[in-house]
Amino acid sequence: MADPRLYQIGVLSGLLVYGMAGLDFEITVPRAVLLLGTVLATQALCDRIDGPRPVNWKSALISGLSLCLLLRTNRPGLAVLAAVVTIAAKFLFRIHRKHLFNPTNGGIVAMLLLTDQVWVSPGQWGSVAFFGFLMACLGGLVVNRASRSDVTYAFIAAYCALIFGRSLYLGEPMTIPVHRLQSGALLLFTFFMISDPKTTPDSRAGRVLFAALVAFSAWYVQFRLFRTNGLLWSLAAWSMAVPLIDRLLPGTRYTWTTQSLPQQTVVRTTPSTEGARDRSWGWGPTTS
Amino acid sequence: MRRLLLSAALVSIVAWSTPTLSGFCGFYVCKADSKLFNQASQVVLVRDGDRTVLTMVNDFQGSPKEFAVVVPVPTFLKREQIHVGDKALVDHLDAYSAPRLVEYHDDDPCRMTTAEAFAAAAPVPMLMKQARDEGRRRSLGVTIEATYTVGEYDILILSAKESAGLEIWLRENGYRIPAGASEVLASYLKQNVRFFVAKVNLKEQAKLGFTYLRPLQVAFESPKFMLPLRLGMVNANGPQDLIVYTLTRRGRVETTNYRTVKLPSDMDLPVYLKDRGEFAKFYKAMFTRQVEKHDGRVVFTEYAWDMRWCDPCAADPLSGDELRNLGVFWQDGAASQAPNVYLTRLHVRYDGAHFPEDLVFQETPDRSNFQGRFVLRHPFTGTAACDAAATYRRSVWDRQQQEAQRLASLTGWSLAEIRTKMRLGDPPPVEPAAWWQRIWKN
Repeated sequence: MADPRLYQIGVLSGLLVYGMAGLDFEITVPRAVLLLGTVLATQALCDRIDGPRPVNWKSALISGLSLCLLLRTNRPGLAVLAAVVTIAAKFLFRIHRKHLFNPTNGGIVAMLLLTDQVWVSPGQWGSVAFFGFLMACLGGLVVNRASRSDVTYAFIAAYCALIFGRSLYLGEPMTIPVHRLQSGALLLFTFFMISDPKTTPDSRAGRVLFAALVAFSAWYVQFRLFRTNGLLWSLAAWSMAVPLIDRLLPGTRYTWTTQSLPQQTVVRTTPSTEGARDRSWGWGPTTS
Repeated sequence: MRRLLLSAALVSIVAWSTPTLSGFCGFYVCKADSKLFNQASQVVLVRDGDRTVLTMVNDFQGSPKEFAVVVPVPTFLKREQIHVGDKALVDHLDAYSAPRLVEYHDDDPCRMTTAEAFAAAAPVPMLMKQARDEGRRRSLGVTIEATYTVGEYDILILSAKESAGLEIWLRENGYRIPAGASEVLASYLKQNVRFFVAKVNLKEQAKLGFTYLRPLQVAFESPKFMLPLRLGMVNANGPQDLIVYTLTRRGRVETTNYRTVKLPSDMDLPVYLKDRGEFAKFYKAMFTRQVEKHDGRVVFTEYAWDMRWCDPCAADPLSGDELRNLGVFWQDGAASQAPNVYLTRLHVRYDGAHFPEDLVFQETPDRSNFQGRFVLRHPFTGTAACDAAATYRRSVWDRQQQEAQRLASLTGWSLAEIRTKMRLGDPPPVEPAAWWQRIWKN
């Protein structure tokens, strides 16, 4: 596939349309247009200021679609702010040419911290949406043969072990952990957020450690502290430790062959090079 | 042997109230309250921060000596944290938030009048045997952490080392524990849950003079915003209905581990639903069909509204005193003012196959209003002989046809039967007046 991001955009768009039409997602068409328009405009502006370079519309669209799927607010102004923060944070919080937070994750967590007028509805997914989305995500994993999917595998393994482990310890029927894992939000997180190559550690050991830490903290927030959005809080918190993990567990950086080039040069690569870069980056929103 | 009701909440007793308010958007006609649903438990959850007040309503119909309830609670409860409430408050809450039927009357098509006739809406009709042997109890690993008598109830707060011991102790003390409860008890015990066990103290009940069982209320502080369903499903005979009223400060409450869906609302339906019992039949059928449509895996929102007003009102909003008695512990304005409370009414039909885990909630900042509201539009029945009348009659027929189809689709009822009940015949012909008739018309 030339660019896995197109596949991702297709999957997320399909999910959004189904969610709005069939699952009563609390997002209207004008709101979705507003969010997507704002992420694209912000991306264009930031690329111009930081570049100049072509607008990285695919990454912005992935972030925007993820926001549409997850973020809820009754105030259009806050939706616009969330979209601006999501994109702008990529350019503002960068260490060693990597941005610190996955854009959607950073945007939502920032909005949850800044205002008490936004929320995430983790229970909004139906089983049809879940299984459809699961197939699409697994399909993407196979199609793109992403080398950076190790973080996804590590996260799934750790999170499932914790969820099933707790239920086994408590003597709960296995229908309970299975039900807990049937969440579209969990899939979005696993395949579109934590796998973001721009924010995960460079080395494989670092990525596996990172995934395990995120999984444990998310589980702890959800099942020990009994708070919602454990996944989002956990990823945002551990993202800040990535520079440290990179220092302690430096990678061979084989996946960052183009990283010696300045950031803007990377974006201007030809489609074939860009495709190669994306494959090396794996199944995640290849934002820059 | 006493009959044990293993449930988070108990079946409600609901009395009809007599609301007499008319609303701005249509005249309130009648409502479909929790009484419609047999075996519908009602629970009121008042929550702000980690503070929770849980009110459990029951309409247990048997002999009081047969009554017992076992509820998992997240913390130890002191005597002062337990209260016996007034069921009239929950009845009022039910009446206020019930799905409602409103009606409009078409104007004379021949008169260009914008005045809308307002009329008053019609008033419309919601123990305990001592542990037989201290040594035995200890050997079973069951600890009675506290014993209280509150109102007409004898209450025990139990903790246990293992579920088997707890199950045996409960059985030996006259509780009819269903088979399979042990595993559920075990999983709760491992989470350091206490068990709140209540029975009726017959002497106290006689002294107090109540002929029915009043709701039990408990106040506790816990990060867990949830409702345990699993114990209640152990011996359940088919799906059960549960109505959860949440009273919160910020906004609407939804479930985080199940989909929360708003029930169909704000639609025109045939006017015969005003006839006695018809609206209730409609609402039950519609609810059942919605449950099936969503594969029995969703929680429905029936009402979500700022409690300081309503439109149209099925009953007056609850007063500040009533809210405080239900457990609303915060006060935003002057003491005389009703506190800022947002009510969410959730209705779930659950069974073990579709609801494997307990309900977990979250409070959102969403303060947009939602109510179950169904509209009846009465056609103009006076004599109308103008040109517009024929067009009007045809538009009424088209409208009624759509209402019939909508009702059939919402309930699964036969369209032919609905049309018969509506006395909906063939469409009236639309004959445009001849050109000469229009010249010299009066």
